[in-house]
Amino acid sequence: MPATLTPPELDRRPDRLHDRDHDHHLGEGDNGNGRRPPTDKRTGGNGEGDNWSDRPHGHRGPRERLSQARVGMFFALGGDLMFFVALVSVFFVTKSSGHFDPYSRWINEWLPTAIPSVLWLNTAVLLLSSVTAEIARQAMFHEHDAMDEWFGFGRPISKRATLWLSLTLLLGGLFLAGQWAAWDQLAAQHVFFRTNPSSHFFYLITVTHAVHLFLGIGGLIAAIMVLQGRRSLATRQVLVDSTVWYWHVMGVLWIFLFLLLEFGQ
Amino acid sequence: MSLLQPSSSTFWPLPVDAAAHGPAMDAHLRLNLWIALALVALAHLLLLAGLARRRAARQKAGQAWQRLLWLEWLPLAALTVLFAWLAVGSERLWAVERFTGADPAAMQVEVTGMQFAWYFRYPGADATFGRTELALASAAAGNPLGLDPTDPHGADDLVTSQLVLPAGREVDLTLRAQDVIHGFAVPQMRLKQNALPGQTQHIHFTPETPGDYAILCTQVCGLGHYRMQAALRVLAPAEFERWLAAREAGVSNGVQP
Amino acid sequence: MSAPAVDTLSRSRWRRALRGIVSTHHRNIGFGYLSISLLALVVGTGLSLIMRLHLAWPDWQLPLHGEVLPEEYLALVTMHGTLMLFFVLTVAPQSGFGNLILPAQIGARRMAFPRLNALGMWLTLASLLTLLTAFFVPGGAPIGGWTAYPPLSTTPLAGPGQGAGMDLWLGSIALFCVAGALSAVNTLTTVVKLRCEGMSWQRLPLTVWSWFTAALLAVLAFSVLLAALLLLFCDRHLHSGFFLPAGELVNGVLLQHRGDGSPLLWLHLFWFFGHPEVYIAILPGMGLTSMVLANFARRPVFAYRLMIATTLLIGLLGIVVWGHHMFVAGLNPFAGTVFSLSSLVIALPATAKVLSWLATVWGARPRLTTAMLFALGFVSLFITGGISGPILAQPVLDEYLHNTFFVVAHFHLIMAMAGVFGLFCATYYWYPAIFARQLSEALGRVHFWGTLLGAYATFLPMHLTGLAGEPRHYAQLNPGMLTTPGSVLLQATLPLQRYITVSAVFLAVAQLPFVINLLLSLRSPAVAVENPWSATTLEWAPTDIEPEVFREPCCYPVTEGQQLGAEGQQTAEGKFLTQWSPETASNPEPE
Repeated sequence: MPATLTPPELDRRPDRLHDRDHDHHLGEGDNGNGRRPPTDKRTGGNGEGDNWSDRPHGHRGPRERLSQARVGMFFALGGDLMFFVALVSVFFVTKSSGHFDPYSRWINEWLPTAIPSVLWLNTAVLLLSSVTAEIARQAMFHEHDAMDEWFGFGRPISKRATLWLSLTLLLGGLFLAGQWAAWDQLAAQHVFFRTNPSSHFFYLITVTHAVHLFLGIGGLIAAIMVLQGRRSLATRQVLVDSTVWYWHVMGVLWIFLFLLLEFGQ
Repeated sequence: MSLLQPSSSTFWPLPVDAAAHGPAMDAHLRLNLWIALALVALAHLLLLAGLARRRAARQKAGQAWQRLLWLEWLPLAALTVLFAWLAVGSERLWAVERFTGADPAAMQVEVTGMQFAWYFRYPGADATFGRTELALASAAAGNPLGLDPTDPHGADDLVTSQLVLPAGREVDLTLRAQDVIHGFAVPQMRLKQNALPGQTQHIHFTPETPGDYAILCTQVCGLGHYRMQAALRVLAPAEFERWLAAREAGVSNGVQP
Repeated sequence: MSAPAVDTLSRSRWRRALRGIVSTHHRNIGFGYLSISLLALVVGTGLSLIMRLHLAWPDWQLPLHGEVLPEEYLALVTMHGTLMLFFVLTVAPQSGFGNLILPAQIGARRMAFPRLNALGMWLTLASLLTLLTAFFVPGGAPIGGWTAYPPLSTTPLAGPGQGAGMDLWLGSIALFCVAGALSAVNTLTTVVKLRCEGMSWQRLPLTVWSWFTAALLAVLAFSVLLAALLLLFCDRHLHSGFFLPAGELVNGVLLQHRGDGSPLLWLHLFWFFGHPEVYIAILPGMGLTSMVLANFARRPVFAYRLMIATTLLIGLLGIVVWGHHMFVAGLNPFAGTVFSLSSLVIALPATAKVLSWLATVWGARPRLTTAMLFALGFVSLFITGGISGPILAQPVLDEYLHNTFFVVAHFHLIMAMAGVFGLFCATYYWYPAIFARQLSEALGRVHFWGTLLGAYATFLPMHLTGLAGEPRHYAQLNPGMLTTPGSVLLQATLPLQRYITVSAVFLAVAQLPFVINLLLSLRSPAVAVENPWSATTLEWAPTDIEPEVFREPCCYPVTEGQQLGAEGQQTAEGKFLTQWSPETASNPEPE
């Protein structure tokens, strides 16, 4: 939308007696002393771009709910990352801990667990799924397709996003299946959770990550289902965007955890 | 001798102070307490005075930064100086006590905490502690620490349920725990350190005044936590030698106390 | 936030109640949280009274139960601490009053994620109920304290209540962590994105800054606790040994684990959570105190921008001081020095806040309403409780005072009493806005003085018993009337402990005027009084206008020729500019 247009439904504020010299808008302060020229921010004009936050709730532009969802996802993922930071710290502490045996020798019993090579494949699959997820996310914001939907010319956004999200779902499912295969392979070698400290961490880290990814898959399914329905474009954008950002973070996190397990033991 | 005879001041109810490092710590503690009391009194006085006063008409806006300086930054600066001074004093005492290990000539005693008793082990004439194995530990069988009978160094180890020490000699305590975390504390020696299972901790101090003192457990360890106590007996050096000799003779005769 | 229309049909009253229960409106959720806190408060206070009576008179028989056994005493201590810290001091100020007041104070109609908010509340309720069932399982409630140090907390053999009871504790707190994190995400997003027009960061009331900072801490700290609980669960049920050494002999049974865990790891993880947790508990109270003091003194908050900075600084520094709980726990002594320095530094922004409070009321002859009295009480208790902090922050002193009643005095004065005074202040202050009624000022004054006196009478003497060496968590001070050195040492503190118990009972009884006040006022009809405290913040704005903010809170312009009244007080309420009033002033007070 060009910056100078103000669709009538966006300008629903009640009339007020505003003295143009006392511009009280954000970032400008009470400047009744001629420091800055008076600007009417209601149209977002004067070349300064749209000042969407300087409006009542519900009228803050097409990205209002989306940016709320992104901020919420940012904080939630921050907390989640602290969870993994704690686990990784415990990993490093445990790796270097030991004890003195009765003969006063320092014993460190850390036996690295050999990572099944299928994990390399899983990592590639997860990275690929991030790519497809990003394509789906970008598809939600194509202006041309959004206009087509608005005019009633089919549902190109939903169709494209559903396609790519389904691919992501498939690849995500493939990743989880691959993780399961890795656990099976280790179990066949009699390496279980309780076997030794490094296997504790292998299972702990991979299982907690898999649980998070499972939640992500739930999000993907929910997003795909909502895309088939008649929800507003903003709602669909919020769902897909949040899910895909979560997916990306889980992917990046997996890369780090995988490198830790592969090379950090 | 009254155990509660306070050290010098009668205001703060500190118990008697019988360790070499104690008086310095007590002095610093009392300093802190008096300063704290003074600051609390001052703050409350200011609060009450402020509530009672009525202030004249407001100063002009331009002097806001001056009020900020006097009422916030200067008191904060003063407090920072005070804290720095207290911190330096306290870190010195902490460093003296903890940063370096015990004197190599210090007496070695091992303290083991378990639910719900303290045991103390003296290394005996060979000045070496014998090996212990948890699998062999059984208080009922008379081997609460799990001394390994195959280790000759353990044959002369003396295990007691009272900590007996000579006055005036530095002692290096090795703290161990068998089951859960216990807190080894001797209030009258101003000493406290947790004993963790799987780890050994070392603390050292010099008891000065002969007498009987309390050893308490200060980390909740189960239902018997409140009665996990022991006695620290500080004897005059000659008396301690006699005690030790008698006990070691008993050990060599195969009699454990 | 207007009350729904009264419906005469009783069926629709049920329907209304049901709709209220499943609602996602932040007002209902706030009430839900406060109800959870109230239940936890009542149970927790009851437990503490039983504890106190048993400690002072060990032979006392609890009615319908008999003598309180030592393990039962420890269970009381554990559950008291858990209930109070988690369900009262974290839930009520942050989630309870936060939900009720935060949206209104920033001019938002709702929280950012109402359904997530509701989920958080129901998870918190589930967490509380799970915790309470620990009393009723075989073995009873856990006995390791609210800090649950392993190996005591990993080994059911180590004590009664460490089996099923400990599992329930673990599950309950894990649920609480998730709920707390969700609620914090909601709060953060609301403050960042849902501020109304004109509500810039510098115009946010300090209460909102405090909720914001506490939510930041919550989102970081609860995640770490959740990780620690997961590891504890693995140690308990999956034969791992994260917190356990290779071998330990518990209760005659030799337990062996692969690897060399250490209980110290739990201490690090737990206290990394535990210290920000206590700042989460106290920050909202500090923000509210600033605002209430300013309001009734009819002054701007002294050094407002500095107060914002100190709020954030306390939050930030609160993350790097956790080691001061571990000076004698087996830490490297150099680490002790480092944590000692950071703990002393955090006293500075706290002092800056105290100075601001003092300066705000200086010479103002404030109107001493009950809310104001409780805010002043908060200041007093914060000072008294806080001053023992720098003492405990010095390792050589903490070596003597760690886990004695000196520490109990410190955190009870500053958390239990100052924190609770913050809650009372919030109740008295916001009651007209929430219920459209007034609480009786006379009863409120009686409540305040009784509680203040009771608080000091109960907790000040604990400093003295702690200095005398009395440890925490002791079920009895002189069992069997022994004459061992330990018994003699502890027995000397018994008279003071008895006095403390009497004061504690007095403190509990002193809450009766408050209960009576609430009941009496709720029975009277609602009469909407617009802005009875002449406050400037947005929650008092009329609800029919679209909120827009034009200035910082606490704007009390003084024109050149303003006369002070005959008694030296400002006449009536003086001129004040609310945040939402568009009129300009000729001499607004800059800050």
